[in-house]
Amino acid sequence: MSRAVEPAMSRDRFERGLLKVLRPVVIAFLFLITGFPFLYMVMLSVRDIQELILDPGSLWPRAFTLDTYENVLTRQGFLVFLKNSAIVSVASVAITLLISIPGAYAVARLRFFGRRQVHFLFLAVYLFPAIVLAIPLFVFFTMIGLRGSLIGLVLVYIAQTVPVTVYMLRNYFETVPQSVEEAAAIDGCTRLSTIWRVVLPLSKPALMATGLYAFMIAWNEFLFALLFLVERRESWTVSLGLSQLAGSIEIPTTVLMAGSVVLTLPIVIVFFAGERLLTEGLTAGAEKG
Amino acid sequence: MSPRTLRQQEGRAGLVLISPTLIITLVVVVLPLLWAIMLAFQDVRLINIRQVGLFGNYTLENFAYVVSEPGFWSSLVNTLVYTVAGTGLSIAIGLVTALALRDRFKGRTIVRASILIPYVAPVVAVAFLWETMLNPQYGIVNTWLDEPIAFLSQAQGEFLGIQVPVALLTVIAFEAWRYFPFAFLFILARLQALPSELDEAAVVDGATPTQRFRYVIMPQLWRIIALLAVLRFVFTFTKFDDVYLLTGGGAGTEVVSVRVYNFLTARDDIGASAAQSIVLAVFLVVFLIVYLRFFAGGEREQGR
Repeated sequence: MSRAVEPAMSRDRFERGLLKVLRPVVIAFLFLITGFPFLYMVMLSVRDIQELILDPGSLWPRAFTLDTYENVLTRQGFLVFLKNSAIVSVASVAITLLISIPGAYAVARLRFFGRRQVHFLFLAVYLFPAIVLAIPLFVFFTMIGLRGSLIGLVLVYIAQTVPVTVYMLRNYFETVPQSVEEAAAIDGCTRLSTIWRVVLPLSKPALMATGLYAFMIAWNEFLFALLFLVERRESWTVSLGLSQLAGSIEIPTTVLMAGSVVLTLPIVIVFFAGERLLTEGLTAGAEKG
Repeated sequence: MSPRTLRQQEGRAGLVLISPTLIITLVVVVLPLLWAIMLAFQDVRLINIRQVGLFGNYTLENFAYVVSEPGFWSSLVNTLVYTVAGTGLSIAIGLVTALALRDRFKGRTIVRASILIPYVAPVVAVAFLWETMLNPQYGIVNTWLDEPIAFLSQAQGEFLGIQVPVALLTVIAFEAWRYFPFAFLFILARLQALPSELDEAAVVDGATPTQRFRYVIMPQLWRIIALLAVLRFVFTFTKFDDVYLLTGGGAGTEVVSVRVYNFLTARDDIGASAAQSIVLAVFLVVFLIVYLRFFAGGEREQGR
C-alpha cells in the first residue's frame, strides 16, 4: 500500500515545491512587465531631453524638472486638448446614462413588441467593427460640416456605448425586487417617478460602473477622433494631440512623455476609484476594446 | 380598465423608453452600415460625393480593384497571423496570471492593479511608450541588448539563425501585453466562482496540482476561454489603432484595417475604402464560422 502511494506523493510534493517557487517568479515577472513601463514613463517625463540622449539606459533622472509638463500643457496646447477630452467624455457619460437608463428599464421590466430581438441588435452593435462605420460617418460628417466639431464625436461614442450600458444596467435592474416597485406604484408613483425615486437609488453601483465604462471609451478612443478632428488643432482630444505630436522631431521625447502621463493619469485615477464596480460590470457585460 | 389595456400600456411605455436607444443605434450604426455597403458598390470620392445618387451606377469595380491591388493578400495574411497570435497569447498569459493571482498573498492588490494598467491606459499613450522604449537610438530596451534592434521598423531579422518578422512579432507582443488583463479579468472571475468542493475532493483523492488543473479546473474554464477567444478574435481582426500607432502599417505589419484607412484618407477613394472594409468584415464572418465549426467539433470530441 505504502509503495503504491509513495511515487504519487513524491510527484505531488515535487509539483507543490515547484509551484511554490514558480508562482512568485511569475507574479514578479507580471508585475515587472506591466508596472515597469509606466514607472519608466513617469521617470522620463521629469528629466531633460539631453539626459535621455546622453544616457539612455538610466532609470533615475539626475536632475528633476517639471518644465516638461509646463511645456506640454501650455506650449504644445495640452490644456486645450484636456478641455476637449473632458467635454467629450463628460457629455458622452451624461447622455449615455440618460439614454440607457430608460432603455435598460424597459428591457428589464416591460413587455413590449420586439423586446427579445433587442438583444440581438445590441450584440451586433457590440461586435461590429468600428472601421466599417468609420467610412460612412466620415463622409456624412464631411458633407454636413460636422467634421472638426466635438458633437459628431460625442454622437459616435454614445452609439457605441449605449448597447453595452443598456445590457449592464438591465442585468442590475433585474435584481431590484419587483415588489419594491409595486409598493411605489401603489403609493401613487408613475412609471418615471418609480424609476427616479426607487430603481435608480437602488442601482447606484451599476450606474457608477456604467458611467465609468462610458468615460473610458470616450477618453481613450482614437480612430474617430483622428478621422473627425485631425484638421482642426483646437478641437483635438488628448489622445489625438499626443499621436499627432509624437511624429514631430522638434518636440523632445521627454516633453511628450509628460503628455503621455497627462493622458494616462486621469483614466487610471478614475478607473481605480471605481475599479471594483467596473470590473464586475465588465465581466458581466464584457467590454469592447 | 381591462387587463388587456394595461398590457397595451406597458407595451407602449416600453417602446417609448427604449426608443432613444433604438434611434441612436439606428442613426449612427445601422444606417451608416447600409450606406457603407452602397458606397462600396459605387465610384465615389469626396469630391464627387454630392453627385453620386442613391440609385445610380452600381459597379463591382471597387472590389476587383482592392482585391487585385498589390499587398492585399499579404495584408490579409498579416491580419490573420496578428489576430490569431495576439488572441492566443493574450488568453494564455491571462490564464497563467489568473491562476497565479487566484489565492491571496501579500501585495496582491497592488500587483493586480499594476496588471490592469496596460488595458486601462489609452492606446495612444502606451503605443508611444513602447515606441520610445524600443527606439534604436535612445530606447531603454536597446541599451540592454548587445546590438540595437529596430523593433518597429525592421521587417525581417535573424534570430538564432532563423528569419523572423521582427516588427510583426513586436506588434503581436504589444497586443498580448495590452489585452492579457482583459482575459485575466474574465478567467479570474470564473475561477473565483468555481465551487471549491471539486478541487478539495481531488486533493483528498491525491491529485497533484497539475492533475487538478488538467482534470478539475480546465474543464470548467473551457467555456469562458472559448467566449474570450471569439471576443478577442473579433476585436483584434478589425483593430486599427494599435498597428497604426506603432508602425503605421510599415515593415510588414500592414493589416487590412490600416489599408481601409489609407484608401480613405491618403487616396481619398471612398468607394475602394468601403469595399475594402466590407471585404474585411466578410472574411471576419467566414473565419468566425470556420472557428465555431472547428470548436463545436472539438467540444464534441472531448465527449462526455
